[in-house]
Amino acid sequence: MSSVLDWEATPNPVKENRAGNIGKAVDRYEGPLKVTGTAPYAYEVEPPSPPAYGVMVSAEIAAGRITAIDTTAAEASPGVRLVWTHLNVPPQGPRPERYDFFTPSPRPALQSDRIYFFGQQVAIVIADTLENANAAAAKVAVTYEADAPMAIFHDHLDEGVQPPGEQDTEIGDFAAGFAAAPVTIDDVWRTPLQNHCQMEPCATTAWWDGDHLTVNTSVQMVRFAQNSLAETLMIPAKQVRLLTKYIGGGFGGKGSFYEDLVLAALASRELAQPVKIAFTRQQMMHGTVHRPATVQHVRLGATPEGRLTAMSIMTVTHCDSRGNFTEHASNFARSLYAAPNRLTGHRLVRMDLPVASAMRAPGEASGTLSLEVAMDELAEKLGIDPMELRILNEPDVDPETGKPFSIRQLVRCMREGAQMFGWGRRNLVPGQVRDGRWQIGVGMAAAIRGNMLLPAKCSFSVDAHGVITVRQGMTDIGTGTYTVLAQIAAETLGVPLGDVRVEIGDSELPPAPGSGGQFGAATAGSAALDAGMNLRKAITEIAVADSASPLFGGPSQDITFQDGVIAIANRSERLADLIRRNRPDGLTADGEIRPAADARNWSQHTYGAHFVEVGVDTVTGEVRTRRMLGVFAAGRILNWKTARSQLTGGMIWGVGSALTEGNSVDPRYGSLINQDLAGYLVPVQADIGEIDAIMLDEVDDKANPMGIKGVGELGISGAGAAVANAIYNACGVRVRDYPITPDKLLAAIMAR
Amino acid sequence: MRPFTYERAASVEAAVKSAAQTPNAKFIAGGTNLLDLMKLEIETPAHLIDVGRLPIAGIEDTADGGLRIGAMATNSHVAADVRVRSRYPVLTQAIVAGGSGQLRNKATTGGNLLQRTRCAYFYDTSKPCNKRQPGSGCGALEGLNRNSAIFGASHACIATHPSDMAVALTALDATVETLSPSGQARSFSILELHRLPGETPDVETHLIPGELITAIVLPPPPAGGQVYRKVRDRASYAAGLASVAVAGGNLALGSVAHKPWRAEKAEAALALGSSPVEAIAAELAEATHSSRNGFKIDLLRRLVPVAVAQANGGEA
Ligand SMILES: Cc1cc2nc3c(=O)[nH]c(=O)nc-3n(C[C@H](O)[C@H](O)[C@H](O)COP(=O)(O)OP(=O)(O)OC[C@H]3O[C@@H](n4cnc5c(N)ncnc54)[C@H](O)[C@@H]3O)c2cc1C
Ligand code: SF4
Repeated sequence: MSSVLDWEATPNPVKENRAGNIGKAVDRYEGPLKVTGTAPYAYEVEPPSPPAYGVMVSAEIAAGRITAIDTTAAEASPGVRLVWTHLNVPPQGPRPERYDFFTPSPRPALQSDRIYFFGQQVAIVIADTLENANAAAAKVAVTYEADAPMAIFHDHLDEGVQPPGEQDTEIGDFAAGFAAAPVTIDDVWRTPLQNHCQMEPCATTAWWDGDHLTVNTSVQMVRFAQNSLAETLMIPAKQVRLLTKYIGGGFGGKGSFYEDLVLAALASRELAQPVKIAFTRQQMMHGTVHRPATVQHVRLGATPEGRLTAMSIMTVTHCDSRGNFTEHASNFARSLYAAPNRLTGHRLVRMDLPVASAMRAPGEASGTLSLEVAMDELAEKLGIDPMELRILNEPDVDPETGKPFSIRQLVRCMREGAQMFGWGRRNLVPGQVRDGRWQIGVGMAAAIRGNMLLPAKCSFSVDAHGVITVRQGMTDIGTGTYTVLAQIAAETLGVPLGDVRVEIGDSELPPAPGSGGQFGAATAGSAALDAGMNLRKAITEIAVADSASPLFGGPSQDITFQDGVIAIANRSERLADLIRRNRPDGLTADGEIRPAADARNWSQHTYGAHFVEVGVDTVTGEVRTRRMLGVFAAGRILNWKTARSQLTGGMIWGVGSALTEGNSVDPRYGSLINQDLAGYLVPVQADIGEIDAIMLDEVDDKANPMGIKGVGELGISGAGAAVANAIYNACGVRVRDYPITPDKLLAAIMAR
Repeated sequence: MRPFTYERAASVEAAVKSAAQTPNAKFIAGGTNLLDLMKLEIETPAHLIDVGRLPIAGIEDTADGGLRIGAMATNSHVAADVRVRSRYPVLTQAIVAGGSGQLRNKATTGGNLLQRTRCAYFYDTSKPCNKRQPGSGCGALEGLNRNSAIFGASHACIATHPSDMAVALTALDATVETLSPSGQARSFSILELHRLPGETPDVETHLIPGELITAIVLPPPPAGGQVYRKVRDRASYAAGLASVAVAGGNLALGSVAHKPWRAEKAEAALALGSSPVEAIAAELAEATHSSRNGFKIDLLRRLVPVAVAQANGGEA
């Protein structure tokens, strides 16, 4: 296995960045297609022959069984081709005991008469038109025997169990440290269940050609979905081609896939006709996954000078009755602040609720909403500036593992942010600043999110026009993957950006793990760099061996690639000319990346600091953000524009988490109350005001050969806490039950 | 969505005639509410009569110094009209506090008045709802009823009317003009348009089935300041938690009842010289609440005096 030291090898065009493609604010590769509405998303892909349309029928109870399904009326409805329920759906691979994101396994649809959660799919109707399918789906009559669902999370907190394979982490003696601490904080925070609300609902267009299946779908992980689908259909993976070219948001919610994919594949086989199936917005809320609610107990102990002596977050969260997913809201705290006595852990309650799973920054997004507010409360108790309190407790090494940090610029993020934002002008006493009907406050919080590298492959080709094509089974879920791969290719092969093509989102391309856990750009990009270097090597070998080339004879190690021209000293020719002479059909090289064996010897994270100004109308309890600044340290930045969009997008999500977002369960039905985007409130333009994200210069040479890290999940981490802290600074009250809606804030203000 | 037939009405008279003759017909104007409800099969008309292009979209001065707003005038058009902005600012403010720019460009004056509740149980067809399915019960009554009514609710329904525009029109003493299925023109106060839920929350207005709203007539603006204040969870594109329209001495409240709520008790108290705080207290003395919407009472107690002060030149 390799070592991080191998990543220091030269030449490294990304690090050298001679043409300046790396870091530049390059527009999105696929941007024009998207803004002109011509990028075909999964449901819009034209199949080879006219498709049939599927509409799913969803369970209207949360627990129990189906005692009867009458499909007679649906089957007799105009245009209907097929109606399937658990009674007649074709056989599929069995559902495994445990699911995870990386191990492919069958995900069979319509498996039994048992209902595990509200909104579980119970039938599919396929018809000649979407309208006919819809009309027929409404005629499927399902009779249930309902059990009373276990749906009130807050009534079952004591029943939480240790998540499988996990233990609490204790360093020192937390109980003793906390008991002895002269200054303490001991509070409970609640975060709600949240839905991903991707713009594009899950959807599939599928067709068969003999025993070969082609599916266009919307998923974050190509190879995982291909293999899992093949196992579900009980056919070899090589008979499944999975395409996912344009994805209208994933956020973890498309880490796996759902019945649209399985049923479209099965139905198109049955009907020998292409089939399209999409989730409705309402079905997305229950029928996919969500971020589960948490209850977080935070205890901090400190000396009067502000040194943390004890720190604990214990999180209780929930998942579905058959699940294991845990929202690890306590984990990030293990690496954030120094404290000799520390206790962190999780308890999981299995409930009759829809399936819990990963949503943008799983763990950090919820967890920072408690600890980063607790730090604000502690600072106030101590009479210390909240930023200075954090700096006082900045660890030299990872406080839990003792490992060195690969690089940690958290303090610099805070200091630079404070200066740019004007943090020094903050009024220490809450409720002192007013602008018309708004009381103004500012708050800050730290951000931290882990960094990962996974194995991936990639291939690069050059054709007789000197055009480079990047091929990788990677996805772009709206983050900018197409664009950064093009930049890496242009820089590595020394060609103009316009001479790069990127092909991703196809299971026939070299595999990459996909998009998730903010590992996408680093993982896919590192494999791309390797493929690019291998293509350079192949080109060099041809050039120095070609007597018709000015580069004939070498020396190979002096070759340069620039502006589409290859050169050794003052001898040069166009790359296209060399390829046309020697490889008129083009030349391809493969590359790959693997995590280094010693990478885990370092504690590796991305960091940031959020500063927020809010206005609070203390008459109505309304809160509006006015100004937000995030300063981040996340390794080398590949594309200033797409990285900034990821960061500000995360920050905006943090505003949503603090102020508006959340879905409530009606315990009588085990169902969620908000089922569309008029009810589930994500921030809109008017909620945001001024916003900016600054990225510090940084290279993390322990992260990967490019020294880059992820930014997709960093921006949300801590952002909501900064909003909550600003609310306190504005009006002097704290609401520890998110989201901080006007009714809750008003009650707190009135109780003051 | 259920299959349906469609026609574009050639005239106001033809629209009403068709409605009288066709069973289970509905008018469609901007479609911004009706189509959503049809997709969810909450509304299942067999026939749509498109009134969206009828020539009743203008805004004209009336002889007594008011305005007649055609029922097909879009929300955007009304809000931007110079006469509305200068003489009825509460109406402009209320309209732009609702929906989004795209919705307001499509939404019409008549359609806005007749939009249906945003009660989540009304929208979820798996839940009981007396308004959607008479006799099935009320899901909200014992449920997540944060946004339900505090005035005039019944045990059958605690839903609110979600229109912002209608709250301003109520404070402005608007008159509704209609053409009834018999071909007869009627006009009546906007206070008589909507009903309280009672035992039949599915019947929301006093309109005769098939009656078409043709215009809204505003009397000359009342003496005194005007303002619309809407409290909501996010800054734009959100239903109100509560709202208030002030027009001179007239007060109307939004998102608190099955209809735009004219706060007559508060007005009477104000007229007798009570302070705004006392006046709204008099109105709220009659308020009732469900498990989760009691905050609306506190909210209005605080909001209304501030709004009255703002209408009278106080701080915005
Ligand atoms: C996401 C979203 C958010 C919204 N937020 C707000 C908000 O914050 N505040 C707010 O006030 N509104 C809000 N709205 C509602 C919006 O204002 C209404 O949908 C719109 O005003 C309806 O007008 P329309 O012309 O499109 O009506 P349509 O949908 O065409 O019709 C609505 C109803 O009125 C009937 N109808 C229409 N015209 C006439 C007529 N002339 N005579 C008799 N019957 C008629 C129709 O038969 C139908 O029953 C929101 C809507 C959406 C979708
Ligand atoms: S409040 Fe009215 S609209 Fe809501 S569920 Fe009850 S009956 Fe239906």
